[in-house]
Amino acid sequence: MTEFWFHPALVLIIGALVLPMVKGVARKPFLLLVPVLAFAAVLQMEQGVFGVFPFLNWELTFGRVDQLSLVFAYIMTLMCIIGTLYGLHVENDYEHISAWFYVAGSLGVIFAGDLLVLFLFWEVMAFSSVFLVWFRGTPGALAAGYRYLLVHTAGGVVLLAGIVLHYQATGDLSFNQFDVVNPTLPVWLIMIGVILNAAVPPLHAWLPDAYSRATVSGAVFMCAFTTKTAVYALCRGFAGMEILIVLGVIMTLYGVIYALLSNDVRRLLSYHIISQVGFMVAGVGVGTALAVNGAIAHAFAHILYKALLFMGVGSVLYMTGKSKATELGGLYKKMPMALFFTVIGGLSISSFPFLSGFVSKTMVVAGAFDATHYWAAYLMLLASVGTFLSVGIKIPYVIWFGENKCSEETWNKAADPPLHMQLAMGVAAFLCLLIGVYTPYLYNMLPYEAPFNPYTAYHFAEVVQILLFTGVGFYLFVSKMAPKAKLSLDMDWFYRLGGQLFLLVMHKGMTRVNDWGQATLAEEVPRRLNRFFIDGPARLCLLVVKPLWQLTGAKIDGPDGAEQRFLETFSRSLFTIASTAIFTVAVLMVLLFFVT
Amino acid sequence: MMLVRMIDYLRERPLLVRRFCYLVVAGVLLWDALLLDKSYAHIALEHLPGFWSLFGLVGCVLLIVVAKGLGALGLLTREDYYE
Repeated sequence: MTEFWFHPALVLIIGALVLPMVKGVARKPFLLLVPVLAFAAVLQMEQGVFGVFPFLNWELTFGRVDQLSLVFAYIMTLMCIIGTLYGLHVENDYEHISAWFYVAGSLGVIFAGDLLVLFLFWEVMAFSSVFLVWFRGTPGALAAGYRYLLVHTAGGVVLLAGIVLHYQATGDLSFNQFDVVNPTLPVWLIMIGVILNAAVPPLHAWLPDAYSRATVSGAVFMCAFTTKTAVYALCRGFAGMEILIVLGVIMTLYGVIYALLSNDVRRLLSYHIISQVGFMVAGVGVGTALAVNGAIAHAFAHILYKALLFMGVGSVLYMTGKSKATELGGLYKKMPMALFFTVIGGLSISSFPFLSGFVSKTMVVAGAFDATHYWAAYLMLLASVGTFLSVGIKIPYVIWFGENKCSEETWNKAADPPLHMQLAMGVAAFLCLLIGVYTPYLYNMLPYEAPFNPYTAYHFAEVVQILLFTGVGFYLFVSKMAPKAKLSLDMDWFYRLGGQLFLLVMHKGMTRVNDWGQATLAEEVPRRLNRFFIDGPARLCLLVVKPLWQLTGAKIDGPDGAEQRFLETFSRSLFTIASTAIFTVAVLMVLLFFVT
Repeated sequence: MMLVRMIDYLRERPLLVRRFCYLVVAGVLLWDALLLDKSYAHIALEHLPGFWSLFGLVGCVLLIVVAKGLGALGLLTREDYYE
C-alpha cells in the first residue's frame, strides 16, 4: 500500500528549513515556490492510504487521502500561497517559517488517519502559530501569545486524555466517525479538545485575544487554519452530534453581538470568525449530507473571504499603524483599493448574491430547514443580519467613510498597500467571485452526494430582502453604530483576572508557607536537635550526679550552682565530643532498631 | 482613480442616492408581494408579503438593542482594564 507518497506538509517543512539559507534575489521567488509546490502536491494526489509506519505497537497513518481530506487540503495550500504572497515584504525569515510549520500542522491533521498523528500535528499547529502573535513585538502581543499557548496546551491535554481513554476502551486508534448517539467520556473529551480549537463559547476567548494582536500577515494565516482544521475534525468524527447544533447556533449569535461591541476592527473580524464557524459547527451537528457538505463548503468559502477581510484591514494597519475604528475614518480617498477588496470580502461573508457566502452559507441553512431544525435555521439567518450589519456595512463605514478621526500622522501615512498585498487580495477576491458565480467549482469538490442549487428565486428574494433591510436598519440607527473607545469583557476575564487572583493567593499563601518552613524546619528543629545531641550526654550524667549532690548538700541551682558549672565544664571538655558521638550513634541505633 | 471619483460623485448627490435606494426598496417589496413564487416557503408565516424584509429590519434592530443593552450592563469597560 505504501508506495512513494510525498506529504504536502513535508514540502512546507523542508521549505521552511531551507529558507534561512536562501538570500538575495532568490528569496522572494523561493517564498512563493514552496507553497505552490505544496499546492501542486495536493493537486496531483490520488485517493488511498499512504505513509503508514509502524511505531511501537501501533501503525501510524500519515496519509489518509479521500475527498473530505482533499477539499480541505486544497483550500489550505491555496490559502498558504495567498498568505505568503501577502506577507512577501516580511523580512523576518522566522515569521515565514512559523507560518509554514503552522500550515504543515494543519495539513498533517487533515491527512492523519489515526488519533496519535492527529494529536502530533495538532500540537505543531499551536506551537508554531503562537510565534505569529509574538513576532508582532508589542507587550500586549507577548502576553496574548502566552495566553494563547496556555489555552491551547490545556485543550491539547484534554484531547490527549480523550485519545488515551478511547484507546484504552476500544483498543482502536483510527480516526473515524465516533458514536455520537451515545457518546462515552473519551468521545466527549476528544470533542471538547476539538471544539476549543473551533472557538466554541465558552472556550473561544483565545481567538479575538490573540488574532487582534498578531502580526499583520500572521493574522491572515491564523484566521484560516486553526478553526477550519477543527471543523475538518468535527466533519470527520462528529457528524450528526446534536449538541453541536445548539453550540453552533449560540456561536453565530455570540459572535455577531460581541462584534457589534468591538472597537478594534481586527477584534471585530475575529468575533465574526466565531460567528461564521458557528454555521459550520451547526451544519456538522445537523449531520445530513447536505448540511455537512454545507459546513465544508462554508469552511472553504470562509477561508478566502475571511483572509480577504483580514488582508484588507491588515493593509490599513500596515500602512497607518492603526486598527481601532475610533482612530480611523474617511480613508476612501487614500486607500481605495483596500476599500474595494474589503467590501468584496464583506459582501461575501454577508452572503451577497454572486459571491461565495451566498452559495455556501445557504447550504447550511437549507440543511437545517430540510432536517426540520427550524429554530436553528431562523436564528442562523438572524446572525447573518448581524454579519452584514457589522462586516458588510460598519467596517467600510468606520474606516473608509464616516467621520474622519485620523490623526494627521495617520492621514499622511495612509495609502494603498504595496503591489504584492493588492495582488494577494485580488486573488482572494477573484476566488470569492468565482465560487459565487460558477457553483460547480466548489460543489464538485464536496465529498457527499447532495445536489443543491442556491440560485432559486425564493432564496434570492429572501437574501436580498434581509440584506436590504439590514441596510435600512443601519441607516436608521447609524448614530448608535458609532464606534466607542471601549473594551468588551469576554470569557478571558475569568483566566486573566482569575489568573491574577490565583497569583495573588499563591503569592501570599506560599510566602506564609515559606516563612513557616524557614522558621520551623530550617531553624527551630535543627536548633532543638542540636541542643538534644550536645546537651544529651551531660543531662544523662546529671541524672546520676544530681542525687549524689543532693546527698552531700551542695548548692545546685542558680548561675553559680553545681548544675550550671557542670554543664559549662562538660561543654568545654574533650569528653563532650566523644560522648556526643557515642550518644548520637546510640540514638541512631535505637532508631534503626525501630525502623527495621 | 476611478473608484474615488465615483464615490465623490455620489457623495455630492445625496438626494439622488437616497431616491435610488427608495426605488430599490420599493421594487424589492413589490417583487415579493406580487411576483414571487412562495411555494418554497418553510412555514406559513413566510407567505406574508415582505416577511423577509421585516425579518431583516426587526433582526437588525434586535441585535443592536441587545448588544447595546449588554454593553450598558457592564460588558463594556475602559480600554486599559487589564493593565
